[in-house]
Amino acid sequence: MKSAVLVFPGINRERDMARALKLASGNETAMVWHAETALPQGTDLVVVPGGFSYGDYLRCGAIAARAPVMDAVRDFAAKGGLVLGVCNGFQILCESGLLPGVLMRNAGLKFVCRDVHMKVERSDTPFTRGYNAGQVIRVPVAHGEGNYEADEETLKRLEGEGRVLYRYCSPEGVVDEASNFNGAAHSIAGIVNERGNVLGMMPHPENHVEEIMGCTDGRGLFAGLVQQFEKAA
Amino acid sequence: MKARVTVTLKSGILDPQGKAIEGALKSLGVDGIASVRQGKVFDIELAATDKAKAEAALKAAADKLLANTVIENYRVEVLG
Repeated sequence: MKSAVLVFPGINRERDMARALKLASGNETAMVWHAETALPQGTDLVVVPGGFSYGDYLRCGAIAARAPVMDAVRDFAAKGGLVLGVCNGFQILCESGLLPGVLMRNAGLKFVCRDVHMKVERSDTPFTRGYNAGQVIRVPVAHGEGNYEADEETLKRLEGEGRVLYRYCSPEGVVDEASNFNGAAHSIAGIVNERGNVLGMMPHPENHVEEIMGCTDGRGLFAGLVQQFEKAA
Repeated sequence: MKARVTVTLKSGILDPQGKAIEGALKSLGVDGIASVRQGKVFDIELAATDKAKAEAALKAAADKLLANTVIENYRVEVLG
């Protein structure tokens, strides 16, 4: 799997992401500067990492979403290429129109930096095939604006089409108000676009991939992506 | 030419920052505050001298970047 990680000023999780991708795929990851107008030849996966692009000025992800490289990402996605956005990356994908909805200020107003649990809703997608449907995984979050909101019609479509892939839950897998720490609509942690090739999620699976991190629950996502391309090859 | 673009949250969109400000004003004892919604104001200088052209440019700026029309409304004023 050949992956490309986008780099915007103010992004700070790109190295963690590249490390997790290399661990899973064995390949070096291309780091792509925001001013580029094309992705490296043969890119299988584009990752928009977390951080604070442009200092979260205007709205989180708003300025990065209009960077030149995003036109290339839009073309890539339109051709069915896989795109993964994590944290600020999720915000950027929403702002760029690749995903519906918006990430609002956490309902509790506070920046939340801790481990949370999320439930894998289905395992038949490139982004979840490394897990079992219904599996509960532990992943870190670190965000102030992760409260996913969309209009009722959009939420209905997301649910009806099975596009909510990850949902906040208790360690036992119960989706309830207490585990929905940022107030997201329907406890949404991660969604895909209509075609299913663009995923945005707030938690950081790339920070739970090695024993030294204390948890390896994030590995499944990357292992699944790698499998996806092994199968295709 | 000077202009102002005001961006506000659509009604029905939860505004936790506005709520926090509302709470702070109440705790300061400022009387008669019913509710607060926070928005943004952009003061913009334009090279254009034609009002219609200026308005069109400001609308484009708001649609393309200044507002996220999923959750926000905007108002454009050319101040002359």
